[in-house]
Amino acid sequence: MKNERSFLSSFNGMGVLSSVIAVLIGLFAGLIILLLSNPSQGFAGFIIVLTGGFSDLFNLGQVLYYATPIIMTGLSVGFAGKTGLFNIGASGQFTFGMYAAILVAVRLSHLPGPILCIAALLAGLAAGALWGFVPGLLKALCNVHEVIACIMMNYIGMYLVNYLIVVTEIYDRNKNMTTSVPSRVNLPTLGLDTLFSAATTGGAVRPSSVGSGILIAVITCIFIYIILEKTKFGYELKSCGYNREAAHYAGINEKKGIMLSMAIAGGLAGLGGAMLALAGAGRGIKVVDVLVPEGFMGIPVALLAFNNPLGIIFTGFLIAYLSQSGFLLQRLAFAPEIIEIIIAIIIYFSALALLLQGVIQYFMRGKKQKMKVTAEESNGESNRGDKVPERGESQ
Amino acid sequence: MSFDVLVFLIQQMMFFSIPLLIVALGGMFSERSGVVNIALEGIMIMGAFIGVLFIFFVQNANARLNAQPLLLVALLLAALAGSLIALPHAYASVHMKANQVISGTAINMFAPAFAIYVARMIRTVQQIPFTNQFYIESVPVLGDIPVIGQFLFQKTYLTTYLGFLILAISWILLYKTPFGLRLRACGEHPQAADSVGIGVFKMRYIGVMISGALAGIGGVVFVIPTSITFDATVSGYGFLALAVLIFGQWKPGRILFAAFFFGLMKTISVAYSSIPFLSSLQISGSVYKMIPFIATLVVLAFSSRRSMAPKAVGIPYDKGSR
Repeated sequence: MKNERSFLSSFNGMGVLSSVIAVLIGLFAGLIILLLSNPSQGFAGFIIVLTGGFSDLFNLGQVLYYATPIIMTGLSVGFAGKTGLFNIGASGQFTFGMYAAILVAVRLSHLPGPILCIAALLAGLAAGALWGFVPGLLKALCNVHEVIACIMMNYIGMYLVNYLIVVTEIYDRNKNMTTSVPSRVNLPTLGLDTLFSAATTGGAVRPSSVGSGILIAVITCIFIYIILEKTKFGYELKSCGYNREAAHYAGINEKKGIMLSMAIAGGLAGLGGAMLALAGAGRGIKVVDVLVPEGFMGIPVALLAFNNPLGIIFTGFLIAYLSQSGFLLQRLAFAPEIIEIIIAIIIYFSALALLLQGVIQYFMRGKKQKMKVTAEESNGESNRGDKVPERGESQ
Repeated sequence: MSFDVLVFLIQQMMFFSIPLLIVALGGMFSERSGVVNIALEGIMIMGAFIGVLFIFFVQNANARLNAQPLLLVALLLAALAGSLIALPHAYASVHMKANQVISGTAINMFAPAFAIYVARMIRTVQQIPFTNQFYIESVPVLGDIPVIGQFLFQKTYLTTYLGFLILAISWILLYKTPFGLRLRACGEHPQAADSVGIGVFKMRYIGVMISGALAGIGGVVFVIPTSITFDATVSGYGFLALAVLIFGQWKPGRILFAAFFFGLMKTISVAYSSIPFLSSLQISGSVYKMIPFIATLVVLAFSSRRSMAPKAVGIPYDKGSR
């Protein structure tokens, strides 16, 4: 239908609007749950959900800090989504990348700081790529569905990292987590942490945890956008996603495409993990049997942005904003899991794009066209995030 | 390996295999009707949460309920909760033609968050403890049979027999009733099913609801023998059940064997310290915990090429394409 592949066309009104509606429904459900669990403070809690992240510069800085890893995992899920794969394994790739970065940063301490920092980032990228490559390989050669393989790789990665942390002696027994990364290896903050800070009652400045990671994340998003939209390589990967058989017919090696695409997606998540480890905010890997949540937060980030790398910058910020609000909600004795409930509801309704678009069309075109969508549209839209990566460009 | 170790292994294996069996059978009903159900993990958590919460309340209220009836009521509630939480998945997959993996993912994210949220609002901590009063030391009469009695009727739970009962009913339902034929038709060729007057939407709803009920039951069946508190997790069991379903080629009999296989893997990963040979190797517990998941990948790599998946699974049914 539309041929121009400009920024605006992939960001067309319908897609944004249906994402906005999904978010609004999620928030509304959150309000109801807050009111049900504590009628007297429900509205106060909801105000915090809405405004918490913007309440001062410190909180805004924390939002940017939280946004960094989930923009990266969102980009990982989104990149795979553009090529027709559902990367639910960002959690394992993220953990493995984080582990590799910490290992390099702690064990190769004879190298100078900046070089070590870059080496650690590259190690994270490579480790994540390896973890993403395995499901890609299994899919391409053995026909194993990538969703199942990725889920298994999440658990294997978690247990393996827990084991390796102890074996490779980067284990802090007192905290039951990885030893802290030397501060000279950390990513430079570029003054962002003091820019986004709040004055405490004593007059001291309380810096937030944001650093240059957010800039790297944004640059990576732009870089991936260019690769996907402006290069032959990206076009080949995407065509595997649109129609595997047609890509094969056109002489594209679709098996190679699947493996490369999963490896790149894994590398992006791994880089995100490395950046979190080097953010200097004291985050390490806890040796517990829990999958890292950042990996799963990538799913709503990518979904709401329709897998568009530039959109992911904004949706990553949005989800991070909600997470920070959830953190602040604990002041009112609400459990922060309310945010995960809201996000789950957002994911659910963004899967119902068809329904939301029907509603939008119903209102936009007046009552002439009822809430039904034509058959060819429904075929395209139903595969959201799967076979048809971009709305408005399909068929 | 001494006989005692073998008896111990098989008794333990039941604790891990039976929930896998029940949940994978649940997944079978959904996928045989044509709907991918990746939400099994979340549904298990929901079922376990409701079931254990009920047991917690009854035990704290000192209500005079015998152990086995209490367990049965908890299982019933878990089944209800499971099919209720599966309902939105069915709606998205069947009516809204949504991406079934995504709506399943939403449920997987919702269930643990909901369980933790509610638990913390009720008790300020997220764990829900319960007293395990359901353990059966030895089944009367049957437990005295030599060998078989030791394997199957000692140190057990009512849920083990429930698992086998569900297996039998599932097999009969799927292969010996008109309902089963219709369900399978909807998963293989919904257009053909529709053309002979079978309501594809209705059958798919029923398939997903059954899978929800069984996964909910499976959650309680998993938590009761293997834990003393419920901590909003079933440790990836729903996903393993999905692997069991695929390895079992969507057939009840094979699912039983697949469930035993994965149950054994899981038993080794949990009970390695009680097996003299393995505990003498001095390998970290994390390595054993990886075993079921690595085994899954290896098994899938070899069995996925000639997959017998229902032909129309994951594809929304569109009347217009008939």
